[in-house]
Amino acid sequence: MPEVAVRELTLGEAVREALAEEMRRDPRVCLIGEDVAEAGTPFKVLSGLVEEFGKSRVIDTPISEAGFTGVAVGAAMTGLRPVVDIMFGDFVTLTMDQMVNQAAKVHYMSGGAWKVPMVMRATLGASRRSAAQHSQSLHAWFSHIPGLKVVLPSTPYDAKGLMKTAIRDENPVIFFEDKMMFKFKGPVPTEEYTIPFGVADIKREGDDITIVATSSMVQVALGAANMLEEIGISAEVVDPRTTWPLDEKTLIESAKKTSRAIVVDEGYERYGVTAEIASVIATGAFYDLDAPVKRIGAMHVPVPFSPHLEDATIPSEQQVFEAARAMCKRT
Amino acid sequence: MTTATNQPKSNSGAGSELSTERLLHMYKQMVSIRLFEEQVNDLYTRALMPGLAHLYIGEEAVAVGICEALNRDDYITSTHRGHGHCLAKGAAPDRMFAELLGKEAGYCRGKGGSMHIADPKSGNLGANAIVGGSVGIAAGAAFSAKHLGTKQVAVCFFGEGALGQGLLYEVMNLARLWDLPVIYVCENNMYNEYTHFSETTAGEILARPAAFGIPAESVDGQDVRAIYATAKRIVDQVRSGKGPAFLLCNTYRYKGHHVGDVNREYYRAKTEEQRWMAERDPIKIFTDWITGQKLADQAKLDEIQSRAKVEIDAAAEFAIKADYPGLDEVEEDIYA
Repeated sequence: MPEVAVRELTLGEAVREALAEEMRRDPRVCLIGEDVAEAGTPFKVLSGLVEEFGKSRVIDTPISEAGFTGVAVGAAMTGLRPVVDIMFGDFVTLTMDQMVNQAAKVHYMSGGAWKVPMVMRATLGASRRSAAQHSQSLHAWFSHIPGLKVVLPSTPYDAKGLMKTAIRDENPVIFFEDKMMFKFKGPVPTEEYTIPFGVADIKREGDDITIVATSSMVQVALGAANMLEEIGISAEVVDPRTTWPLDEKTLIESAKKTSRAIVVDEGYERYGVTAEIASVIATGAFYDLDAPVKRIGAMHVPVPFSPHLEDATIPSEQQVFEAARAMCKRT
Repeated sequence: MTTATNQPKSNSGAGSELSTERLLHMYKQMVSIRLFEEQVNDLYTRALMPGLAHLYIGEEAVAVGICEALNRDDYITSTHRGHGHCLAKGAAPDRMFAELLGKEAGYCRGKGGSMHIADPKSGNLGANAIVGGSVGIAAGAAFSAKHLGTKQVAVCFFGEGALGQGLLYEVMNLARLWDLPVIYVCENNMYNEYTHFSETTAGEILARPAAFGIPAESVDGQDVRAIYATAKRIVDQVRSGKGPAFLLCNTYRYKGHHVGDVNREYYRAKTEEQRWMAERDPIKIFTDWITGQKLADQAKLDEIQSRAKVEIDAAAEFAIKADYPGLDEVEEDIYA
């Protein structure tokens, strides 16, 4: 067996590598956004790309999220494959008409005549002490809209493979990266790979309870699973990786196997991703469940600034651990 | 405002460089758009058309004058009042009517309707039901054209109501910074739905693009020769790489905001409408010029009109008889 190169990349490096590989492979791919060129974004995820690909493909914009997103929609319809960069996921609010009324609907409204192969990169996640306008996780909004696809990578490996798929997709894709995970390291093979949308990944196998977790919450779920193991509860952690398309089959099968499910997501719990996934599981695994599906999401408050208040608003390992323990009737 | 003062001086002499054949083609296009729209109104009143439509009657010279200055592969984006743009850019009336009636044979297979006609073959990126919603798309098409070196230009049609949308100013800034080959064609038909534009528009319209360094001028929107001549000059400049341009076309919407808006006296006087129709009708102005120049006599123009009528009636008949899409198509084309 040949020796496989093992190396670790951060999540930010994995995203950058995916973008660079796709830009080398396809001259139609370009990056558009605020401070994407020399600055490489405030998170430095894009550092070095302008040096390789030049300013005609790594394009700094004014602070006009709606404007440059609209330009990307039109460019995607007419032969390019733009990747737009929304620095903080909170700023997607400024782009909503372009994404929801334009990008998402062009293909359908034109009876399939036009298509919009574009990617919007955005961030999610609280705990950066950035307060209510730089901390939200708004992926549920896009998951609600037919015509869009929504990607939530939780590891460097997934981030790279999913980004390459996003760029090659013929539809508008919103790719949310947890801004607190850009330095998070994990193994990434050197050889080419992509990861299909709509295929969940079982991050840890277990028998007693299923914890479905997305993006920033996967590490929280894995931490809780370690705590549960110490008291004899075997937790399975399932990461859907894309909220649309959604791998309902894997979620349901895992819940059927374990008979219990908790869904953890950093978006708001009310009317959120946890609600949809819990509904899918409750419907699909109803006769095999030993307990109602439990949801854990962000508290229904604007994200506060003061650190101990902010931390209280997002799901924690302890919270997931206690919910799982209660569902498994252990004390 | 009750007088027909929404136009500057006429660009006299324009059109003399065009062949008679081309001029008569432009006449036919304008007449066809009017007949198309009258037929739409008829389909609505006969309850054959689902929903509503926004008629372009009175503004025909703008779409025809601009689109005649474009190549087939140049791009346009259109508006909720978009039938004229689509037809002038080369859409076929039968598939247009079919779309308006929600039929499978329509340009969008019945999924778009009156406000969303799109046709890649004629460079039509789509009509848009969000006021100002397509200004980014038009700039994006221009971005592609520049990036790929295709020499295409993009025309962004919008009404004066879109001057109230912030996106327009974000995108005009980008278009100037990046020298995009996009032409902003503002059709000032004087009414943002049911409100006179003077109540919604501060300052001078042309000062807005000028603030971005975008060359801006206005033209009599009822004079197809003036519009064509101006558009031709602007399109040549934009195509040569000089960046964006802005053309304000002063025109008038004869009908209501939509086909159901028939009692309009609470926002404008009947006498105003009558004055525009009598004094500033774009087809009459063009007819008078053609006959005055002896390029064709009235009988010849009547014959063109009769042929257009036969074509439009047949197209409507085609649409009425066409099939609705199968229910299985409701979930098709959500994703490419």
